[in-house]
Amino acid sequence: MREEWNGFTPHKWDKEVNVRDFIQSNYTPYDGDESFLAAPTQATKDLWDQVMDLTKKEREAGGVLDMDTKVISTITSHGPGYLDKSKEKIVGFQTDKPFKRSLQPYGGIRMAEKACSDNGYEVDPEIAEFFSTHRKTHNAGCFDAYNQEMRACRSSHIITGLPDAYGRGRIIGDYRRVALYGIDRLIEDKQAQKDSTGRVMTDDVIRLREELSEQMTALKLMKEMAASYGIDISKPAKNVQEAIQFTYFGYLSAIKEQNGAAMSLGRTSTFIDCYAERDLKNGTFTEEEIQEFVDHFIMKLRCVKFARTPEYNQIFAGDPVWVTESLGGVGVDGRHMVTKTSFRYLHTLENLGAAPEPNLTVLWSPRLPEGWKKYCAKISITTSSIQYENDELMRPVHGDDYGIACCVSSMVIGKQMQFFGARANLAKCLLYALNGGVDEVTKKQVGPKYRPVEGDYLDYDDVVAKFTDMMEWQADVYVNTLNIIHYMHDKYCYERAQMALHDRDVLRYFATGVAGLSIVADSLSAIKYAKVKVIRDEDGIITDFETTGEFPKYGNDDDRVDEIAQSIVHKFMTAIRRHHTYRNGLPTTSILTITSNVTYGKATGNTPDGRRKGQPFAPGANPMHGRDTNGAVASLSSVSKLPYNDAQDGISNTFTIIPGALGKEDKVFAGDIELELK
Amino acid sequence: MALKGRIHSLESFGTVDGPGTRFVVFFQGCPMRCKYCHNPDTWPLDGGTEMTVEEIIERYERNRSFYENKGGLTTTGGEPMMQLDFLIELYEECKKRGIHTCLDTSGIAYNSKSPENVSKVERLLESTDLVMLDIKHIDPDKHKELTKQPNEEILKFAQLVSDKGVDLWIRHVIVPGVTDDDEYLEKLGYFIGGLKTLKALDALPYHTMGVVKYEQLGIDYPLKGIKDMPQDKLLEKKQHILDGIKKRRQN
Repeated sequence: MREEWNGFTPHKWDKEVNVRDFIQSNYTPYDGDESFLAAPTQATKDLWDQVMDLTKKEREAGGVLDMDTKVISTITSHGPGYLDKSKEKIVGFQTDKPFKRSLQPYGGIRMAEKACSDNGYEVDPEIAEFFSTHRKTHNAGCFDAYNQEMRACRSSHIITGLPDAYGRGRIIGDYRRVALYGIDRLIEDKQAQKDSTGRVMTDDVIRLREELSEQMTALKLMKEMAASYGIDISKPAKNVQEAIQFTYFGYLSAIKEQNGAAMSLGRTSTFIDCYAERDLKNGTFTEEEIQEFVDHFIMKLRCVKFARTPEYNQIFAGDPVWVTESLGGVGVDGRHMVTKTSFRYLHTLENLGAAPEPNLTVLWSPRLPEGWKKYCAKISITTSSIQYENDELMRPVHGDDYGIACCVSSMVIGKQMQFFGARANLAKCLLYALNGGVDEVTKKQVGPKYRPVEGDYLDYDDVVAKFTDMMEWQADVYVNTLNIIHYMHDKYCYERAQMALHDRDVLRYFATGVAGLSIVADSLSAIKYAKVKVIRDEDGIITDFETTGEFPKYGNDDDRVDEIAQSIVHKFMTAIRRHHTYRNGLPTTSILTITSNVTYGKATGNTPDGRRKGQPFAPGANPMHGRDTNGAVASLSSVSKLPYNDAQDGISNTFTIIPGALGKEDKVFAGDIELELK
Repeated sequence: MALKGRIHSLESFGTVDGPGTRFVVFFQGCPMRCKYCHNPDTWPLDGGTEMTVEEIIERYERNRSFYENKGGLTTTGGEPMMQLDFLIELYEECKKRGIHTCLDTSGIAYNSKSPENVSKVERLLESTDLVMLDIKHIDPDKHKELTKQPNEEILKFAQLVSDKGVDLWIRHVIVPGVTDDDEYLEKLGYFIGGLKTLKALDALPYHTMGVVKYEQLGIDYPLKGIKDMPQDKLLEKKQHILDGIKKRRQN
């Protein structure tokens, strides 16, 4: 075995690229509480003050501090950047200085230009010319192939947020491979993969061979980039500091080349912990030093910046990167996967303060150790910064080495990837069903000219039948649009760095998504259980509704309407599954509009549930605001009934609770309520 | 036909009405007219929705996993003991199913002079895991002024709970200028110090969140102008009750 691996238990991982096997053979579950954790060092505090100062300056400058307008970002395009070299234990920025946003035109030159001009910068005219005339972008490719119907659907917002002008993201490289194996071994492995491709040069084989070459180039560049920081990543990491640093360099390479809608990190903490435990045992580092490495790593992840337009920020309500890191969970052998480093990651929220990034995501199971559960609850209460996902639901599908991309998309690290698919606006689809494909806002014939509803009152069976037909059409145009998008993204904006840290043959999820589920469920419930009268405008278009009587509302654990919601999801997924998907992607869907619900609401007219034109949708699978009147458990229960099999890309629920409502002094969740008499 | 209870509402995520996460059943109807009541909509005895024990249990069972970890079912109101027969049936069903029961009550429906009432309350306590008794005021006259009801039977009920060995939490709302007199607080402490099964004291700060409901119902709010009880002041006031408990227990 290599000397860098001394002290680790060999199994299969030392003979093949297999990070999961390394973790399972070497990690130490931790059952204790948070009392071992170390406070931030002076260096950490100083560096964080610097970051806070830059953040303040960035805000004062209107949201952007500096942008690169001349250098096209690649893995090696920029020299090293530092906050304070003497204090940083983990190094590396996207450009040559912190808070300077890189120029990434491959997704689309117009988006890159606009991101600059909206922030008061101008892309070098030569670069703009080059990417308009000589080198095509992903965006240009998409529009070359779109048909009229796709364009109409796009501009009327029945299909929204399509990644056709920016990076699709949602691909997680197995950045841990850089640390465990070193680049040289990974290149050897890729060469072997290339040598193993089929001999008949079909389109697929040609593409695969070209991609593998691209991946090998990316790996070589990673090594070069690390060398510019004076660090050699050609060999495996020797200790925990190097393990974190190497892993980060892998991730850094990805974000230097991809401005994706979600650039997630994966599942690194328990991997890193194998090194931390070994170093603690050997006396290489102290707890304080290890926490410092983790703090500096997380600090770097908080400084990830992309050049984006105000419109983009509006869709995503801010400037999110979705550096999602998945923590905890339970292994398939029954051992939980919480380690001391899982605690150390969460502890950064105390050492550096609360922050939305990285998006620390706890893979929840009732079988997690009590000390961890309590610490999670405590940190949730004090920082509101933790996301929770159901490991019990995902483990049977993905095993124990999956991670979350963005907010809910699960995939096995290094073995699966996703084609991100934005979402279909189901509320609008329902209105199209009523109006025979005419858009209720623009009055244009966008969808097929099916027969609109007749009469003054809506009939449930009639509406459901029409809605089902319209959904079939929507799914059809949606999947085909995505087929074009992903074809072009692979062609013009390929994620070579991330894919270099994947196996040769990956499973590609073909993700779709829906928005407005609770509106449609409540609307259909109103039609079924109350009386809904339609109001037509002078053009005969239904633009409003008069609903009389009570009807069950989604979010109250009431099967009468919850079953409607379930059937919508099932029908939509069935319609999606009927279609051919690019590169035989496995179709999935998500119900997860965490932030874009506001934008979708703006583009959608009045709905039969009583929602007014322009009002926001509920986020994700949430019930509509104020309609869940039986408390949080009933509300969560409605959400939990949605079929995961039909929404395997994830179901999200945003849960907010006022201080004090978690029991006396918020102690119910952090443990037992204590009112003991002394 | 199955007995039906008049239920004001159900809360599936109760975190302040007993230990753990609880399924909370708000009973309709209460004879007390506490000036600071924040649920005046539960006063009328004839309102609410009629529900059977089976229907309530079904709501609980479908989300049982949320309540299993040290939580359970709480009945509050309104005054749950006003519907004693229904409450007994509900609690006995809970016991059969291993559901932790918590009775949040003012004790007003206890009547030591009626053998029938006493025997029913005793039966109820057999399937009650915890009583949260809200003593509004220790002084009989002040109690009457505050709630329009006497407190004699309430204090007897407290004694009965203790005698029957049922765990007891005492709750007391501290309202500035109304129930915050140090001497009375100590007296209250002295009384509850004598209760053997006393497990906790929950001093609740008065808040004005109920005012809105009064406006909606068109009822005059009796404590107009009184401000919320600040947390630091509350702890200071709670100390007087604790002093009373100590005094009793030293004797």
